[in-house]
Amino acid sequence: MARIEFTLNREPVVYEGDAARRLIDVIRDDFGLKGTKEGCGEGECGACSVLVDRAVVPSCLFPVANVHGRHVVTIEDFRNTLRYRALERAFLEEGAVQCGFCTPGMIIAAEALLSKDPHPAAEAVVEGLAGNLCRCTGYNMIVRAILRAAKDGDGLW
Amino acid sequence: MTDISASIVRRDAAAKISGRAAYVADLAVEGVLHARTVRSTIAKGAILKVDVPPLPEGVYTVDHSDVPGENGVKIIFKDMPVFAEREVRYIGEPILLVCGPDKEVVDEIARTIVVTYREEPAVFAWIDSKAHYAYHKGDSDKAFQNAARIHTETFETGYQEQAYLEPQGMVGYPEADGKITLVGSMQCPYYVKNAVLGVLACDDAGIRVIQAETGGAFGGKEEFPSLTGAQVAVAVRKTGKPVSLLYERTEDVEVTTKRHPSKITLSAALDADLRVIGLKATVGLDAGAYLGLSGVVLSRALIAATGAYTIPHLSVSGDAYRTNTVPTGAFRGFGAPQMFYAVEQLMGHLAASLGFDPVAFKRRHLARQNDETSTGGRFRDPILLPSMIDDVLERSDYKRKRRAFAKDGAWKGIGVSVFFHGCGFTGSGEATHIKARVRLEKDADGRVVVRVASADMGQGSSTALAKIVAGVLGRPADTVFVPHPDTDLAPDSGPTVASRTTMIVGGLLARAAAKLKEAWVDGVVQSAEERYVQPDFIRWDEEAFHGDAYPAYSWGVTAVEVEVDRRSCAVTLKGVWSSYDVGTAIDELLALGQADGGVTQGIAYGYLEKMEIRDGRLRQRNFTDYVIPTASDVGPTDTVFVDNPFAYGPYGAKGLGELTLIGGAPAVTAAIEHAIGRRITKIPATPENLLELIEHGQD
Ligand code: FES
Ligand code: FES
Repeated sequence: MARIEFTLNREPVVYEGDAARRLIDVIRDDFGLKGTKEGCGEGECGACSVLVDRAVVPSCLFPVANVHGRHVVTIEDFRNTLRYRALERAFLEEGAVQCGFCTPGMIIAAEALLSKDPHPAAEAVVEGLAGNLCRCTGYNMIVRAILRAAKDGDGLW
Repeated sequence: MTDISASIVRRDAAAKISGRAAYVADLAVEGVLHARTVRSTIAKGAILKVDVPPLPEGVYTVDHSDVPGENGVKIIFKDMPVFAEREVRYIGEPILLVCGPDKEVVDEIARTIVVTYREEPAVFAWIDSKAHYAYHKGDSDKAFQNAARIHTETFETGYQEQAYLEPQGMVGYPEADGKITLVGSMQCPYYVKNAVLGVLACDDAGIRVIQAETGGAFGGKEEFPSLTGAQVAVAVRKTGKPVSLLYERTEDVEVTTKRHPSKITLSAALDADLRVIGLKATVGLDAGAYLGLSGVVLSRALIAATGAYTIPHLSVSGDAYRTNTVPTGAFRGFGAPQMFYAVEQLMGHLAASLGFDPVAFKRRHLARQNDETSTGGRFRDPILLPSMIDDVLERSDYKRKRRAFAKDGAWKGIGVSVFFHGCGFTGSGEATHIKARVRLEKDADGRVVVRVASADMGQGSSTALAKIVAGVLGRPADTVFVPHPDTDLAPDSGPTVASRTTMIVGGLLARAAAKLKEAWVDGVVQSAEERYVQPDFIRWDEEAFHGDAYPAYSWGVTAVEVEVDRRSCAVTLKGVWSSYDVGTAIDELLALGQADGGVTQGIAYGYLEKMEIRDGRLRQRNFTDYVIPTASDVGPTDTVFVDNPFAYGPYGAKGLGELTLIGGAPAVTAAIEHAIGRRITKIPATPENLLELIEHGQD
């Protein structure tokens, strides 16, 4: 049994158990954070995206052992930020949400993208979403929402 | 744009963005048993023996012998068992569930269960027809005898997987009074309820079905949840405990229903003016191991045999064949995407061989108001296709591109499709089978709750229905609430299918709201109900396949521009221009979302999404193998909704959800043909297929 210490949503936490368990299961089942979704379990869809030290990772492919000493942020914490507010407003106004199953992952991917590139061109946004599938929207409205958040939230990133 | 079309913020969006919306896998159920399905590993055979290892305390298996009622899931017939009993008919057919408190233990036991079969020869050829329909119009034999020219082609389409992002899931639990409640990802709570009634042999009060937040469906959660619902209900009945059956992606792709592969042969007879006056169509669909909805899918395909054109002499027939493969079923479009693909290609190829521009050739045949439909009904309402085509050609710069691309050998192409979707159930289904009911409940504070069985699975129906009710009441939209359907609280307003929710259910709600408004007294609890009454102009003869197949038609025109890589034959989308007549768009932003999402799925059906089967086993089983569009695969979209209010729809609305998918595949294949100078008769037109065509194909 492994003991893994990491920061989860700004709180120090300790996980004791199988080190090979997937981060998504630890987040959802042990910590009850259900905002992170599982769409494929194989790293293809991005619904399970979380931030590990500010970089976006698919938590379904990430063994919990890999977060030892690192900082994991899920939608449950990110939603308390001004950046989230800007993204939320843009997603609402651009019609970027349909079934919503991809959406928390899209928001996390957008945060990772904008924190690297606060004024992205449309192509950069498309590239930033390469790991996130959406079956409902056809993406254009999501891309527009992220561009809008970057503009309206200028200075936040 | 009318007032109703002005967008409001979607009801459910904030909860979804923040991760608070609870999908079925997010529900916390005390003491739940996790279920795993043990499935057939062969395509056909008899089950001789099932060896279950000794089970630890608290772990159960659930199989056919635990079904208290009939071991058949009611879809149309009860042809599909809840659990296979003596025989299996496809790889992946469910035989039993293992249920227990620890997921890993359950999985381990499921893996160690050994099923012994006596294998039998499986049938994959299309020889065992389980549904056959045919109809005629005019005198097609004569039209062919006198034809100046006859053109025959066969078209093939492949599987398509709905690939909703949230896999299937169902949770059930026993209530204190013996009732079983099911909560799941679904489109049609009453389909699930009605299926479970027969399986449990219980009365109406014995089962309650609630839709959880649903992460996309596209038809894939129309009939399939009736199977998982029945299985979970049986497991709850046996164990007396809550049971949760959640699919992982691979299992979901392997065993859930998909779009029917098709083979469609079309013969066109042309008169001396080079006009198509006769058409013979033969349609084959692969139904998989159980018929399910395949007969209904087939009939929708057959009714669309002439595409958006009026052709006086017709002979149309089709079959849905049973094979030892995973059952196919509902998928956005429901038989229409296959048929429109074939007809549009036929018209394009005819135009090419006669020296016409394809759009000009199609224009010569467009259906017009008051024309007779393929089945002898009437197009009663104005058809705006000519001006919609003009608009799409202009916005896409079609004429210039069509000429320029051909000349400069750029490997660029542009193609246009013209199409419709019949709104609502085929024929008299609404009146004879569905008999929809709706209810509005108003509390003392003037808040109105909409009680309907319609499920918002992402398409935005809860927002659209709230707008309709609020609009008629003349009250703010945020005083009207549309909760997820619950069969204990909402009357049966029918399934969330067939592009019927806004037009039919919304129409009933508009009438109920008018009633409520009339009776409105502040500070008093009130309610209003409505039920479906068929407009008397709709006449449909089910036996003869004759009359008005649909009360209304939505129309569309889509242009797609592509560039094809010379070496790899990879296709890049350069632009998508569409015009849709959905009567009135209830909320423009929602409608644009349906347009973007639908056309993306439709285009991908034509060139990208490939699923093959060999010896009854699917070769693509997850998102790594089965490729759906990513953000970099879509092109810019430019969509217009024309106003053409339908007298019987709420605010003039007709159907929307399926229409937008239908034109994608024919438009993208026409564009690819233009780019590579070869004819395509088979979709998806993947790079391998294109390379083959470039080597050996026909101009
Ligand atoms: S669930 Fe992790 S990438 Fe799909
Ligand atoms: S909104 Fe449904 S998958 Fe993106």
